[in-house]
This record gives sequence, structure tokens and C-alpha cells, in this order.
Amino acid sequence: MSDVSLMVNGKRVSGNVEDRTLLVHFLRENLGLTGTHVGCDTSQCGACVVQVDGRAVKSCTMLVAQASGSTIVTIEGLANGAELHPVQAAFKEHHGLQCGFCTPGMIMTATDMIARHPEGLDEATVRAELDGNICRCTGYHNIVKAILAASQAMAKGAKGRAKQAA
Amino acid sequence: MGIEGVGARVARKEDRRFITGGGRYVDDMVVPGMKHAVFVRSPHAHAQIKKIDVKKAQAMPGVIGVLTGKELKADGIGNLICGWMIHSKDGTPMKMGAWSPLAVDKVRYVGDAVVIVVADTKGQARDAAEAVEITYKELKAVVDATKAIQPGAPQIHAEAENNLIFDWELGDGKATDAAIKSAAHVTRMKIVNNRLVPNAMEPRAALGHYDKAEDHYTCWTTSQNPHVARLVMSAFYNVAPENKLRVIAPDVGGGFGSKIYIYPEEIVCLWASKKTGVPVKWVADRTESFLSDAHGRDHVSTVEMAFDKDNRITGLKVDTIANLGAYMSLFSSCVPTYLYATLLSGQYNIPAIHANVRTVYTNTAPVDAYRGAGRPEATYVLERMMETAARELGMSPAELRRRNFITSFPHQTPVIMNYDAGDYNASLDAAMKAADYAGFTKRRSDAAKQGKLRGIGMSCYIEACGLAPSSAVGSLGAGVGLWESAEVRVNAVGTIEVLTGSHSHGQGHETTFAQLVTQRFGVPIDSVSIVHGDTDKVQMGMGTYGSRSGAVGMSAIVKALDKVEAKAKKIAAHLLEADEGDIVIENGEVKVAGTDKSLPWFQVALASYTAHNLPAGMEPGLKETAFYDPSNFTFPAGCYICEVEIDPETGLTEIVQFVAADDFGNIINPMIVEGQVHGGIAQGVGQALLEGAHYDDNGQLLTASYMDYTMPRADDLPSFTVSTSNTPCPGNPLGVKGCGEAGAIGSPPAVINAITDALGVVDIAMPASPATVWSAIRATKH
Repeated sequence: MSDVSLMVNGKRVSGNVEDRTLLVHFLRENLGLTGTHVGCDTSQCGACVVQVDGRAVKSCTMLVAQASGSTIVTIEGLANGAELHPVQAAFKEHHGLQCGFCTPGMIMTATDMIARHPEGLDEATVRAELDGNICRCTGYHNIVKAILAASQAMAKGAKGRAKQAA
Repeated sequence: MGIEGVGARVARKEDRRFITGGGRYVDDMVVPGMKHAVFVRSPHAHAQIKKIDVKKAQAMPGVIGVLTGKELKADGIGNLICGWMIHSKDGTPMKMGAWSPLAVDKVRYVGDAVVIVVADTKGQARDAAEAVEITYKELKAVVDATKAIQPGAPQIHAEAENNLIFDWELGDGKATDAAIKSAAHVTRMKIVNNRLVPNAMEPRAALGHYDKAEDHYTCWTTSQNPHVARLVMSAFYNVAPENKLRVIAPDVGGGFGSKIYIYPEEIVCLWASKKTGVPVKWVADRTESFLSDAHGRDHVSTVEMAFDKDNRITGLKVDTIANLGAYMSLFSSCVPTYLYATLLSGQYNIPAIHANVRTVYTNTAPVDAYRGAGRPEATYVLERMMETAARELGMSPAELRRRNFITSFPHQTPVIMNYDAGDYNASLDAAMKAADYAGFTKRRSDAAKQGKLRGIGMSCYIEACGLAPSSAVGSLGAGVGLWESAEVRVNAVGTIEVLTGSHSHGQGHETTFAQLVTQRFGVPIDSVSIVHGDTDKVQMGMGTYGSRSGAVGMSAIVKALDKVEAKAKKIAAHLLEADEGDIVIENGEVKVAGTDKSLPWFQVALASYTAHNLPAGMEPGLKETAFYDPSNFTFPAGCYICEVEIDPETGLTEIVQFVAADDFGNIINPMIVEGQVHGGIAQGVGQALLEGAHYDDNGQLLTASYMDYTMPRADDLPSFTVSTSNTPCPGNPLGVKGCGEAGAIGSPPAVINAITDALGVVDIAMPASPATVWSAIRATKH
């Protein structure tokens, strides 16, 4: 058994878990954060992507013991209260989801992708970077559209904030 | 059209919970005292079970129960059944072998469930499952349907000699043979439709809860049709009578057909809950899903298409062998028969058609409906034939199709279907224009300069949706009716709940269905809620598959809305002292036409419930129910064009453009319809380029994970160019046809026609992987 302690969505949490417990199972079963999904057993589908210390990580590839001491953001922690994160808003506006099962992983991957590309994104880059996330419903068409739109919206927002600061 | 009414691109009401992590799928459900199940599955494709020893497993930490098929049988749980009776052409009924939810004497495919282990945690259940000792005597296996019907092949079920389930035919054999004999030209092909695994992203799951005090069962399950699940589990599997069994299908993460059927696991979890005294949850691993979800397609067909001297089709003869796997799944028999052979006329005038279909047991996972179900197989046969015939006849593929298009409606085909409306030239024109078909020759020569092979291919599909007139399917062997139900419940404050027997697992019903109500009464869409997926809340319904929720499910809602509207008008006329015929309902107001007299909608609703002042003899309340049974199938149709560029050095195919021009009749929410087309195309392109379930000769599934089975990913696909034209369906009140399956039906032949065009070959096997394409290029060079 291992003692673990993490910061999840801004709250300090701890637990005593079997050593083999994966981060995704800790989030889902110990914390009840069921927005993070398990869609495969080979770390291929990306339904379980969360942010660990600011980076997108497939939470099925990590033991919770490895994540102890880290800061985690899950899909439940992304919105600012009632205000959706721009990526969440873009997925809704552009119909970037159907059954919703892959969606949390897609959104967490997209936020990371946008953050890593402050210069902006194009379709080919978005498609290449979505390689680790599988969707069976949308054919990716509207997911790509949503991520491009969110990237633009966030760049505009950042510029606006920079102007205000100046 | 208002901003939230019929025809508007309304953003989905259901999205908020999914994008914030608030979706509620079966694996998210927790019941006090809940424990976890793991199934022990057969590692062999075909074997006798000699001995099952559970002692070691029972003694493992946390283990609550280790249960076998013998105990299940002793408790009277029934075998799984196929619910659609097909008779062979000699009049004998299909030869259905027994399928026990837990195998007792024999296992017939890798993944066949044998034992269930229930433990405190999933990890403990998994550890204990590994300690279950089963002694098998291995038998020879057969996985290829064409081999399974050869004399001397391993016999899989005693009931089906030579593994032949039925040998069925449709159409006029004599007339077709005569047409072929007297033809000016006959195109002949062997056409293989590869086996696929549906792969909804949410793996199947079940949570069974037996309440001892009430002697009542609740089952949360990943189902496209919870009411059918309850009916079947009650009537055939003897789990519990219907009034003692509640089935809930909450948020379901995609289905594509694979979640229509009632599988062993939900039955066994319910039974195990009673047996162990704890709620039992099972969630499939992805590999378990690959092994045990019903697969799709797997047809081998020999086809002859006859033409007269003017290149008009005079006859079509199809001989198909369909692999149904180790057991007959719930609707497996209707897929290669009434959902397949009845569509073999396609968009064309074909005077004589004959189809012969043999269905076969093999030592593979059961095969049933997968997005399109029979119609992709029919379209693939026809559209590959049309392409090949055009090349043989030296005619452009578009012109050969045009020459043979059906242009007047209604049109009776020789294979049962009566097409009600369509304009096939319109969708072909739209697709060719969108694809800049005329500019292809230049694009091809430009690509050649870069050392690339470019090809273009089209596919003109038709499908039959809106399943289906109950008396018609009943006469063809269906065990159920295919109507739909709806209840419209206006609350006292004027908000509205619509209870539907359809089930949404990605289709956006909570939005589209609400748009109908907004359109009718002018109330804000936020004041309308759609309730589905729970047998305790919704009266009997038939669920979602076959692109039926629009044409059938929404038609039922329209009927119930008609009744609510009529009653509301009566109440308003009484309150406003006006003639009922003068009352109109718009923008949330109930008005007397041509006057300034009106009532807000909520006041009419409130009046119906206070019942202080209703017309004499009227019952209180404002809630109406309707059942809608369609009068015909609906016939969505369209034209898809695919353009590919192939790198001859690597065999890699890039889809440089994909155009879809569909006729879905009237459309309620274009945004959602486009999304359905995108997803369908991705699955069809997946079938053509990437996906294929492969068993080795011993019956081991070689493609049982995402490391081995190639799912379409974002960088395998382009953005799609989609458009719609509209010939409204005359058969239902909304004029809608259905859009859920078209993409998967129309796209595979378009892709393969493009690849064979690029390579200059007659045929290439699906999936046309880089290795397959590369080999084909090498073969043409030598």
C-alpha cells in the first residue's frame, strides 16, 4: 500500500492505495471524478487525459504513487465556475462532440496543444497532435474546427489582456 | 423557422454535462455495497469443457462469489436467442444453436464467457479469475465462413449441419438467369466485405442490483434500447418478470449497433447479484470488447451484372456467404437478408434481381448489425460492380449510373422495397460540382508530375431507414414491432417533458426533439426536457438503430404534440370564450386569431391542472401519449466522391478530398445531421483503408487492441465537404428520412473505386492498407 497526496482541481487530497492503483482509477474511484474516462487498456485512446503539473498526461499510464506531490487538473476543474473554458465553449459551439465519452480527453489534450503553440495552430498540426486521442463519433471534422477556433479565441483573449495591461 | 425551431442549428442542450465531466455513464454509477465482476473467458476458439475448479479462486482475498454456467442453468436462466426468424428456401426454419450466457459443455469462440468472479475490488476479481482452473479438450476450429460450410469442417453446433444456419433467397432466379444469358455484356466479380469491430469508445458495461426486500432487479446497462433489453431478459432469459425488472441506459458512449443486443454479461450480472446478495458491476476492458462485442460485415459475394447493348442493367445475380460467428446474436439473421438483399436494386432500374444468402457458424465472435447493417454490404456490391462495369464498357462511371437511375416515384423494386421519393441526379450533380470532377484530369497529371498516383471514385447509395412498418417486419419474421412511442407532459407551469422510447447515445435527441416542441408552441428550448433510457420512466419503446429515431421516434412525438395542441386549444377556447377553430399557438402565447385576446402558454397549462374552469366533461391535466407505426421505410440516398493520392513508394493512400451530397428529406438540425455524416464517413473510410478484424486459423483474434486494430485517427482523415438536397419523405409527418448510417454506407465503395482508379487495377481488398496497396502496385509492374 502507498500513501499519496496530490493537489486535484485546487484541492489537497490524499489516500492510502494499493501500489498498483493507476492515477485514472484514483481519480474516478477514490475522488469520484468520473469525467476522466477509460476507453482502452493500451494507452491508445486518450479518453483519460488530464493535466499533471501543467502537461497533458494519459492518466492510465501513470501510477497514482508516481503522481503523488503533483498538481492535477481534470475536466471537472477546467471551467471557471459557471464560465466555460474557451476550449469547452468551442467544442459546444462547433459540435465537437457526440456521445461525449472521448470528449474530456479531447478537451484536455486540446488545452495542452494550444498552450504549446502560442504561435497559433493550423489544421495539419491539430490533426497530427490529436494522434493520441480516438473519437468514433465525429470523424474529427468538428473537433479540429473547435480546437482551431478555441486557439484563435484564446490568442485574441491574450492580446486583449496584454493591451489592457499596457 | 425560429432560432430554436425546426431547421435551426441549435447548439446541443446535452453538451454542458459532457464538456464539464458531468456525463453519467454506466461505469460512473455507484450503488451502496456494490462489488466488481470479472468474467473468465475461453482462451480457445473451440473446445469441450472437461472440468471447472473454482476452489482456489473462492479462497482468494476479497472474493464473494465464483459462479458457473451449471449453477446459472440450475436457476432456470434461459439461452440467448436470435429474435428474427428466417426460413431457408426449402421452407425449413433457421438452425439456431443454443447460446448459454455462461458456457456449460463447450466453448465456441475465444472470449466465450465461462465463469463470473465477484470480489470487493476489480483487481481482486481479476486476480481470482486467473486462479479459476478450467480443463479444456481443444477441438479443431474454423473461422472462414466459406471453409466452414465445406464437408468435413469442424461442426460447431449440433443443430446446424455443416454449420449452415440457413440458405435463403430473394427475387426471381429464372428471370435473372435469362437476363444474364441474353446480355450484351456481363460484369462478374467476387466481392469481399471485411469484418469490422464497432468500437464505441465507451466499452460495454452492466451493473446488476437485486433488491431482496422488494424481490426486484435494476440493471444499468450500455444499451441502445433498454425496453427491448427488459422485454428479452424477461420473456426469454427468465431473469425476472417485466414488472420486477427496471433497465436503465444512462449516458451511453456510442453504439453503432453493437449496443442493440442483449449480451450474456448483463444477464449474468443480474443473476449474480441475487446469488451473491451484492450489486455487481462489470465493465469491459477494450480487449474484452474486441473479443465479445458483436462484430460487423464479413460477407463474401459472387456477383454478376447483366447489361443490354445500350448499357442498361437487365439483371443482377448475387450469391453471398455471410459469417454469423459462433452464436446467433439478437438480430443477426435479418442483417444479411432483409437489410441487405432488399437494397440490391440501389438507385437503379433493374428488372430482374436474384440474391442467394447462406449464413454460417464459425468459431469467431457473433456478427450482427454494425452502422448500416446490410446496407453497406449491398451498396459495396452494387457500387463496386457499377464502377467495374463502367470501366469494362468504356463509359464514364457517372454516365453509366445516370443511364440506369430510377427517375420516377413511387418505384417498386424486384426485391420488396417501394421507393417513395428521391432525385438521384440532383445528388450526383451536387457531388460532382462540389468535387470539381471536371478538373480531376488536370489534378491527376499534376500529381503524376510529383510521382503520385491520383484516383477518383464515386458511390451512389440508397438505404432503407426508419425501421419499420410493424406488420411488414412481422410478416418477414421479426419478433418485435418497430413502432415508437412518445409522451408529451406539459407541467402546470408550462414547462414540458417529452418521454421517448428512442435512446440517444450521441445523436443529440435532447436538442433535436426539443426543437420540435419549441417549433410547435414557441416556448424556449430551455423549458423543454427530453427523458429517455429508463423503463421506469418511459413507457414501452423500441430504441435507436437503423436511423429510426427521426423518422419514427420524432413522428411519435409529433402525434403526441398534435393531441396536446388540440386539448390546449379546447381549454383556451373555453377560457377566452372563442371558437376552438380560431385559436392559434405561437411564441408561447395562445391567441384568438385576428383579435388581441390571448393567454400565456403557462396559464393554459395551469388551468388544465387547477381544473377550476374546464370545458364540461374534460379530464384535468395536459399530458398525451402516442404510438407511431411507420407506413413504409424511408429512403435516404446520395452520392459520395472520394479523391485519393497514393505514394507508390510507400503504398500510403491520402484522401485529398471527400465529398458527400445526401438527400435526407427535411432536416430538423443541420449541425447535428452534418455531424452524423462526418462520423459515418470516418467509419466507412476506416473500413476501406484501415480497419479489419483478423483471426488466425486457430481462431485467435489477432486484432484485439488499439495497437493491432487500426482505428481512424485525426491525421488519417481530411475535413469533409458535405451538402444536402431535399425530396421530403411523403411517408411521415415531418418529411424526414434519417441520416445516421449514410456515411458508413456510401463511403467504402467510393474510396475503393478511387484507389483502383489510381492504381489501374480491378479490385483491391479492404482495408487497403499501405502494405496491400504497395503489393498491388508491385504486382502491376511485374
